[in-house]
Amino acid sequence: MIVIENLSKKYADFPCVDNVSLTIAGGGVTSIIGPNGAGKSTLLSLIARLLDFDRGSVSVDGLDVTKTKSDVLAQRLSILRQDNHIASRLTVRDLVSFGRYPYSRGRLTDHDHAKVEEAIGFLHLDDLAERFLDELSGGQRQRAYIAMVLCQDTDYVLLDEPLNNLDMKHARNMMQLIRRAADELGKTIVLVMHDINFASWYSDHIVAMREGRVAHAGACHDIMQPEVLSSVYDMEIEVQEIAGKRISLFYA
Amino acid sequence: MRLTIGLCITLALAMISLFVGVTSISPLDLLRGNVDAQQLQIMMASRVPRTLALVLAGASTAVAGLVMQMIVRNRFVEPSTAGTMESASLGLLLVTLVAPGMALMGKMLVAAAFALAGTALFLRILRMVPLRDVLMVPLVGIMLGGVIGAVSTFIAYRYGLIASLGAWSMGDFSGVLRGRYELLWIVGLLALAAYLAADRLTLAAMGKDFTTNLGLNYRATVALGLVIVSLVSAVVLVTVGSIPFLGLIVPNVVSMMIGDNLRRAVPWVALMGAGFVLACDILGRTLRAPYEIPIATMLGLIGSVIFLYLLLRQRHHAAA
Repeated sequence: MIVIENLSKKYADFPCVDNVSLTIAGGGVTSIIGPNGAGKSTLLSLIARLLDFDRGSVSVDGLDVTKTKSDVLAQRLSILRQDNHIASRLTVRDLVSFGRYPYSRGRLTDHDHAKVEEAIGFLHLDDLAERFLDELSGGQRQRAYIAMVLCQDTDYVLLDEPLNNLDMKHARNMMQLIRRAADELGKTIVLVMHDINFASWYSDHIVAMREGRVAHAGACHDIMQPEVLSSVYDMEIEVQEIAGKRISLFYA
Repeated sequence: MRLTIGLCITLALAMISLFVGVTSISPLDLLRGNVDAQQLQIMMASRVPRTLALVLAGASTAVAGLVMQMIVRNRFVEPSTAGTMESASLGLLLVTLVAPGMALMGKMLVAAAFALAGTALFLRILRMVPLRDVLMVPLVGIMLGGVIGAVSTFIAYRYGLIASLGAWSMGDFSGVLRGRYELLWIVGLLALAAYLAADRLTLAAMGKDFTTNLGLNYRATVALGLVIVSLVSAVVLVTVGSIPFLGLIVPNVVSMMIGDNLRRAVPWVALMGAGFVLACDILGRTLRAPYEIPIATMLGLIGSVIFLYLLLRQRHHAAA
């Protein structure tokens, strides 16, 4: 369980995350949605101690993220931000192997090697494992990053826009994989999502943010309501039920 | 396997380096014990120290360049394009003025402290300026180095130390004798330290977010890298003078060959650094024998051509 209390973060006097209190239950997929500048990515980074916050507290399974040793936390919680850029020439296998760093400090055991192969297989990267990152397409690279985070094998996985750079097929495969990681491996996955229909189709819970605050949070079908979405995004949004899932229509 | 071949080539170069010089000493005679006292004296007091100095300085300068590239996250920096060398020179100049009688070790530590401060300043400037272009980073470093170098030149000019300043910036192994190179063993240890910290440094090169996510303290790792780079720069400066381009070229060539995972790359960079310097030194000693061309000149000549090639290649790459 991730418990966030009165969390605030300012950038040059502009409140980016403004007094957010939120509880994310263990298990399942939670998507954070909202318009640009709502503070979604900042919130995710604050939870994962990538940014220091001004006020409030965050705890993951009772561990205060500002007080717990970073290497201990790295075995509980992992995060992948968007727009990652690694300048060094590493192979996919090198990168994924670094996911085991919190456990082995670079001296990989047989168990670590097995985890690396498992993560590479999980993301269908077997054929690309020896390729250098700078030789891959944006989508392939994104999959390699996700493989690294999964290789870290933490109970909590935070992904900022995991569908970045992915085409329709790979985007759907990625969401199916995220679903499988939650259902079969019992992980708690928190996503920042732009595509609310993908969020609706694959999430258990949705958190809607607006202007640095949590506007709504709840079960997927409670948030996928026309009046809720319209108020969050400040535009007319229709919602229809298709194949038992709630799909928003905002194209016209 | 390939590493073994590289090791053999470097060892062969080291052997050649031992037997090149004005006084001819044959390896066979040496083995048979068929050498006179003077030849043995030259071997032990001059040839062996020189070859050891070349290997140690070459390997560690190349490794320092690699470490620098990892912590700055830019392919085109090395201690002489980041203000590090110039800062170390300034430190050495000041300590020479203020405390000329200080032991070499003390002077080296002062130079290292200046190198550390100068490089930290470089990193600070980089954080303040949003840089989009990979080539901007070394340009900022060269400019910073230029400013610090100008201060040094001004002071050196006022106190008549221009010649010393020139000598420090021109790496030269011709003055290496027993008793005047031993400080270089320290840089050998520092190169080893870089190898032991290889995983952490590779991680730091992936950036603050990746490093933090994997539970490693980013600032501490960058600081460790800075200390290694500064100490290597200072020791090399006070013993043989700065060796330009080496820290730039060797890591780039190795990166093209096997990538940037430091656990694999550090041994290669050390080996090729030593080999490259040995080869340049042998050339410098034989081309105009019995005169010598300083190693800095040889490296500057060969290195700048390779560097230009790397730059043009990177331009092509960066467009993707």
